[in-house]
Amino acid sequence: MVEAISVIIIIFALFAWSRALLRFKDKKIKGSEFSFWTLIWLSVLVLSLNPELAGLISFKLGIERPVDLVVYSSVLLLFYLNFRIYVKQEKTEQEITELVRELALRKK
Amino acid sequence: MNISVLIPAFNEEKKIGEVVRKLKAQGYGDVVVIDDGSEDKTGIVAEKEGAKALYHVINRGQGAALKTGIKYCLRNGADIIVTFDADDQHSPEEISKLVEPIINGETEICIGSRFLKNTTNAPFVRRLFLRGGALLLSRMYKLNLTDSHNGLRAISKSAAEKINLTADRMEHASEILEQISKKNISYKEIPVTIRYTEYSLNHGQKSWDAFRILYRMLFRRLIR
Repeated sequence: MVEAISVIIIIFALFAWSRALLRFKDKKIKGSEFSFWTLIWLSVLVLSLNPELAGLISFKLGIERPVDLVVYSSVLLLFYLNFRIYVKQEKTEQEITELVRELALRKK
Repeated sequence: MNISVLIPAFNEEKKIGEVVRKLKAQGYGDVVVIDDGSEDKTGIVAEKEGAKALYHVINRGQGAALKTGIKYCLRNGADIIVTFDADDQHSPEEISKLVEPIINGETEICIGSRFLKNTTNAPFVRRLFLRGGALLLSRMYKLNLTDSHNGLRAISKSAAEKINLTADRMEHASEILEQISKKNISYKEIPVTIRYTEYSLNHGQKSWDAFRILYRMLFRRLIR
């Protein structure tokens, strides 16, 4: 019997994955990025359909409660995504600077 | 030898005119001011005094302004580029001391130091941060420095072509030292006078900015 919360998570995961697919089709994200998100949402789907799997993995990893495994993985994922956003922001900043520089040099 | 004096400036309309005038009086005909997105009339005032002004349409930081200026100076045939602050802390009379070793072929870069002969009226806290910074940067980049983040330098054409600044903000000064070390650029410290005034202390960097610079340096190193 699938719990209501699992249904909500599954629907959300499918929705989020469909967004990633659309962005990939529009060539707004790369194949590697699409694979990354597919892996993430697929893992969420599998764990929602088989909650006992989370218990098994957390047991193997020495984590007492399966919910802790989910929390730890989420924190790690958020840190990683935050880092990627920083990197992207830094790149964008450099591109803006380069544009501003070219404008300054062209006007002269 | 063509000597260009490069001044990155942000909201410096009160001082930039005087600075350009003093440089012109010392015979430096090629003064380039990078107006880094100022909200006042910095660039216009500089142009009125006979400087060439280049305009960043938005503020991108001192490192970015320097890179724009270096690019411009190199394109226009500069043999030596002198970087100079816009807030009247530096003395135009001392530029000759910085360019001389380059003209004589002794070194590629001359870096001004306010501590070699203790020629500064820097407040105690500022002194502490600058000396601490010099010690840290010397260790990090295996250089022998007495001062850090001094905006008065003379850069030969060959060194300017080797240095590629990627840091837009104040950490560019550390990045220059890093590249001096990594690209084996010869350098020499020259004693210079830095006059701190109420205007420059209120207008320029704060001592605590050192922490932000350090954070930015480490972060940039992490993502490189």
